[in-house]
Amino acid sequence: MGVKRMGWLKFMTNNQTQPSLTLYNELARMRLVNTVDANFIQSLQALLSPERVLTSVEDIIPYGFDGTAVLKQRPGAVVFPLTSEEVADCVRLACKRSVPVVTRGSGTGLSGGSVPLAGCLVICLVKMDKLIEVDEKNLTLRAQSGVITKEIDDAAAKVGLFYPPDPGSMKISTIGGNVAENSGGLRGLKYGVTRDYVMGLEVVLPDGTLTFLGNKCVKDVAGYSMKDLFIGSEGTLGIITEVILKVLPRPKARKTMLALYDSMDAAAKTISAIIAAKIIPCTLEFLDRVTVQCVEDYAKIGLPTDVEALVLMETDGHPVVVEEEAAQMMALAKANGARDVRAAADEAEGAKLAAARRNAFSALARVRPTTILEDVTVPRSELATMVAFIDSVAKKHKLQIGTFGHLGDGNLHPTFLTNELDHEEMHRVEVALEEIVEETIRLGGTVTGEHGVGLAKKAFLKRQLGEGSYELMRSIKQALDPQGLLNPGKIFDLRN
Amino acid sequence: MPQALLLQSLDYSVLQQCMHCGMCLPTCPTYVETKMEKNSPRGRIALLRAVADGDLEVSKALSDEMYYCLGCLACQTACPAGVNYAELFETARAEVEQANVNDGMQRGFWRWITLNVIFMHPWLLRLIGRVLRMYQSTGLDKLMRKLRFFGLMPRSLAKLEPQTPQIAAQFSDDIILPQESPIAGQGSRVGLLTGCIQDLAFSNINRDTVDVLIANGCEVITPRSQSCCGSLHAHNGELELARELARRQIDSFDLDSLDAIITNAGGCGSHLKTYGHLLHDDPLYAAKAKVWDSKVKDIHEWLVQIRFRKPTAGAGVSEVTYHESCHLCHGQKVVSQPRQVLASIPGLVLKELPESNWCCGSAGIYNITQPEQSQKLLDRKVANLKLTKAPIVATSNPGCHLQIANGLRSCGDHPCQEVTQPVTLLARAYRSERS
Repeated sequence: MGVKRMGWLKFMTNNQTQPSLTLYNELARMRLVNTVDANFIQSLQALLSPERVLTSVEDIIPYGFDGTAVLKQRPGAVVFPLTSEEVADCVRLACKRSVPVVTRGSGTGLSGGSVPLAGCLVICLVKMDKLIEVDEKNLTLRAQSGVITKEIDDAAAKVGLFYPPDPGSMKISTIGGNVAENSGGLRGLKYGVTRDYVMGLEVVLPDGTLTFLGNKCVKDVAGYSMKDLFIGSEGTLGIITEVILKVLPRPKARKTMLALYDSMDAAAKTISAIIAAKIIPCTLEFLDRVTVQCVEDYAKIGLPTDVEALVLMETDGHPVVVEEEAAQMMALAKANGARDVRAAADEAEGAKLAAARRNAFSALARVRPTTILEDVTVPRSELATMVAFIDSVAKKHKLQIGTFGHLGDGNLHPTFLTNELDHEEMHRVEVALEEIVEETIRLGGTVTGEHGVGLAKKAFLKRQLGEGSYELMRSIKQALDPQGLLNPGKIFDLRN
Repeated sequence: MPQALLLQSLDYSVLQQCMHCGMCLPTCPTYVETKMEKNSPRGRIALLRAVADGDLEVSKALSDEMYYCLGCLACQTACPAGVNYAELFETARAEVEQANVNDGMQRGFWRWITLNVIFMHPWLLRLIGRVLRMYQSTGLDKLMRKLRFFGLMPRSLAKLEPQTPQIAAQFSDDIILPQESPIAGQGSRVGLLTGCIQDLAFSNINRDTVDVLIANGCEVITPRSQSCCGSLHAHNGELELARELARRQIDSFDLDSLDAIITNAGGCGSHLKTYGHLLHDDPLYAAKAKVWDSKVKDIHEWLVQIRFRKPTAGAGVSEVTYHESCHLCHGQKVVSQPRQVLASIPGLVLKELPESNWCCGSAGIYNITQPEQSQKLLDRKVANLKLTKAPIVATSNPGCHLQIANGLRSCGDHPCQEVTQPVTLLARAYRSERS
């Protein structure tokens, strides 16, 4: 198979060999899987009501992609179950007929995790959107997996609680998708990621068995922690239908600050100094020079365009502590060479200071027709080195790359501004990405900090993990899904 | 020979600009209603791209989808990549009309009589207005309703009857002189667009607009018997007619002598500002249209730009809430200015409306073409208005004005009793300075 050593971009520049298509053809040739056919559709319609089974071309073209650049493929049918039992029924049927299943929430993923296979069945969970319970006594929240992430936090906020993970797409992403991709967000350093808030999961296994993993207990060592296997499994091991989440008391105060630097090193030093002073800020976001320039071009908020780094810092918690920490953070920023440091007096001013960060992606995305958002991540201490390296790669290959991201957790978003129709330039993008990935691994980092492997990072996974760990993952997949029907070809290829 | 596909002649980068990130989904009223990708901006763009790529034929289903879209442009505000959805939307509707996938004599007839006849001839539109006015002022409409005359009409028409706007006692030309100057000192010289529906139903708002402009030292030029701006045509797939109306509109003003052309209807303004694109292929008008675009200003935008004078007296109301016309906030990005106008009035508190920029369901003629979805949006708006407890709501588009007034009328006890416009309140405040 031609999938092994080729970067995903190569597939995109050569339409003949889209990864999912190649794999699918391969599987179909081996007669392992079928596609959705009229008979199968009839059975689906009998299981669900006909209006919840989409098959017409106008209905299903919009399900051919997720939030990932360039990748698309047309599924055979899209279904909208309303209950966990209906999901189980669909999976059981697909299992019986050997039809591959790709699960989808709102389709905002950035690694191609919910891009369908040609002719497959897409199970879309957006209509399973019931928020079942907010348990103030146990500090938990229970919801169906199609509930929008922001609605989870809004429901918690109503009773003074807080669901911290805040991926960029939280206004529309589903909680099930967040769990399946183990999404991050801006608050990683202080509050962790989605995994840190999952206490229980209801899952449909590849054979259609419906089971519950975990519970509301903070302490639970009864056997393997099975729920953890499904967090970040990208729809390859089971379908998450319900979640129990941990929630926290909502911080009472928050203070926003902005610092401008003439060098990325100085910005990185400030962060180290803040952490050495035993302060864990809730937000430490940066924009590099290219990104600041794009933001200023787009939003005209009066930023100087000759800065090397713009850093947005926030601390939250008890009002007195917040004031004290904010003062300390500002002093440390100045002491470590910040050109300018500003603090917001109130929420409204805080929103103004945060405008640069909030506009970063929008500003970059409108520069060129194609925007490829990466998420390589390095240990925090290597961040300045990595940013400088990305900058040099951009220069070397004459590419536009704006980098922004999370200073506190080393999660970078080098954003390629390019045009998918320009094959020569796309080749340079591929080579540049390859070099960035190599350097990331060399610095002890990971090829994906929060977007997942999906199709986009598949080619790099083995290099990062090494043979042993890679094969362990494949054996788990093999054990749970021997037919290879759940999201096949994502993360890695199946063993033939 | 089949005609070339409009979507294929469109600059492909407009389609390509969509990176299908999904940020538009939660802001799209139709997606939020159905949760189906087809009913979302990125889903529609995927379909249009498939047409451009030759992977999908222009079908009835595509047409239905493009007419299910409100064209509210909320997606343009949410879009990180700056996709020009307005252009895609107009091109797509023109595409489905060109492909004639919507046959049906009745639809064709109504489109023809409305778009090609009534709204192309300002004298005819006003004649209809006069007849309607007479019919309403003699009380004949109420009598007909009492006699259940409308029960004889097809149900879809009978349902629309109560929505007929109340025709103003006098039209703009009767109450606005072709040229009106401030008494003392003159700042700018501006042209005023009186609109078509605005003129028929809300000529008083045009009068208020002139008063507000004069109070701020502007000389106002108002050409007689103005035509429709063509937004109705552009939004309904008749781009050629829209071009003709745009040319007519440009010709009715002496552009060089004016500092600005003022519009006070959000929906019209959004379209008026894109004549440059609409006429970019027209050798005679392309340059003029560009100048035109740069001079068209929404009244609130203009007032803030010239640092309008804050009134010293109130408008006789203590609380107001503000509903944003989609094409004013999403189309023209005029968001803070109407609020600044309201906030300038002494003794008036502006209470923010939840979901203030969520479409009210009027959306041009959407309330006629898609009554069911339109009603759902109206109910949502009326419920949000209730939450503010404000006695009066201001908006700045005749469509929204009529729609919300209808919604409030059919909802018995509602704290909100009046629909008005920011310029009306400002004009009232200026007037009460003198008393």
